[in-house]
Amino acid sequence: MATISLRTRDGELHQFDGRNGMSIMENIRNAGFDELLAMCGGCLSCATCHIYFESVPPGADLPTPSVDERELLEGSDYRQDNSRLSCQIPFEQSLDGIVVAIAPED
Amino acid sequence: MTQDVFAGTFDCIIVGAGHGGSQTAVALRQSGFEGSIALLGAEPEVPYDRPSLSKEYLAGKKTFERMHLRPQDFWSSRNVELVLGTRVVAVDPVAKTVTLENGACYSYRSLVWAAGGEPRKLSCPGSELSGIFYIRSKADCDALLAVLPDASKVAIIGGGYVGLEAAAVFRELGKHVVLVEALNRVLARVAGEPISRFYEREHRDHGVDIRLNSDVKVISGRDGRASGVLLESRESLQADIVVVGIGIVPSAAPLLAAGAQGSNGVNVDAYCRTSLPDIYCVGDCAILTNGPGIRVESVQNATDQATTAAKAICGNFKAYDALPWFWSNQYDLKLQTIGLNCGYDAVVVRGEPASRSFSLVYLKNEAVIALDCVNAPRDYVQGRKLVETAAKLGSVQLADTSKQLKELTLETN
Repeated sequence: MATISLRTRDGELHQFDGRNGMSIMENIRNAGFDELLAMCGGCLSCATCHIYFESVPPGADLPTPSVDERELLEGSDYRQDNSRLSCQIPFEQSLDGIVVAIAPED
Repeated sequence: MTQDVFAGTFDCIIVGAGHGGSQTAVALRQSGFEGSIALLGAEPEVPYDRPSLSKEYLAGKKTFERMHLRPQDFWSSRNVELVLGTRVVAVDPVAKTVTLENGACYSYRSLVWAAGGEPRKLSCPGSELSGIFYIRSKADCDALLAVLPDASKVAIIGGGYVGLEAAAVFRELGKHVVLVEALNRVLARVAGEPISRFYEREHRDHGVDIRLNSDVKVISGRDGRASGVLLESRESLQADIVVVGIGIVPSAAPLLAAGAQGSNGVNVDAYCRTSLPDIYCVGDCAILTNGPGIRVESVQNATDQATTAAKAICGNFKAYDALPWFWSNQYDLKLQTIGLNCGYDAVVVRGEPASRSFSLVYLKNEAVIALDCVNAPRDYVQGRKLVETAAKLGSVQLADTSKQLKELTLETN
């Protein structure tokens, strides 16, 4: 079982088991965290599932963001170099131990 | 007649378990609301993502479990009581009670009406036949999916978003699709003509037979089942099933009957308060009287109004001022809308529709009020600023794709 560490907006770090094949957004939601609105349901039409990658396990590769994802992130006041839309990252075994943080709400 | 049976008291009762209702419950808890909460839903399912119904769910690309807005056990973990599969039929704003169709009666301190709407039904002869489907609930979709494999010809009535999204799915599944629209263009109520013409061309290129200016006279049938559509023009269209997407009717009758101000929806102020004490309304039913004065049917609207109402219930009055946005996915086309185009008096086409990436900018009194962006997320993102600032830009500037919209914003500052 691979784990995800999540920093919620209050700064607390939480660890939970991720489900492979589901997006990181779905994993966060399914673990019961309610800070991600993910309003479009994960179809890359908004930017309300914005997260930061604080740490990626050695050797793991995140999928390159699509043009659409980059443009949507561009619209956030809180975009950083490690910003991603969590609906666009499928969780998999190689991401075991990943640390992500929920970005502030735009 | 069932006898009303007192079934309990909740500090907050939320009527409707869609996006608006569920977000109300979530936002109440996030705001520190410690009272009891009941979330009442007409459908038997836990809250789910409705827009996926006419897209991925219909296409068989997304399981229902992945459409749950929150996991099953979330609601009990937040101490939200789900009362599902039942409708509220009456509200007593003096006794502060709601009554369900089974006669159960609950009392509330605060009530949030988030009941959404029901699909507008056909009223022509033949409307009662089997084989006529709507796409609003999971049950609607499941009924349609049960017969879809055996249907080769589908007639869609209504050229709005739901009808067009369904047409795209049916074409991808290899069905013959004819789409009947009463007005002279698709998306006539929601988009400008260049968007309508673009989508008509796309759907025709994908093999959809689009009939504009076509009123339905009769749904013809055989052995109690729909077998086609007879148009006012006397033309007869064969179909194995008929799918109807002609808008929704807000589910506001019990609240209006209780005396809430409004018609075709419920009037609310900037905090989503109705004219009745301690009763709020959010989502598809709500008409912001200090806003455009229309109902807005969208996930964003329901979600953000729910947050506004939940905060107000907790004593944190923050006026609703979210900028509306919408999306629609058809084939490989991603339409994103920012702002409301009501009352627009001019449009500017930005980019070449034939390139399948362009935007339509809506102006009112020369100021930008909304954009429809087709495969143009950059315009969607950057156009937000133009809408927020009601930027006054010339049509030549707006149409100039050699410059990004944010560069135009800088010029106006």
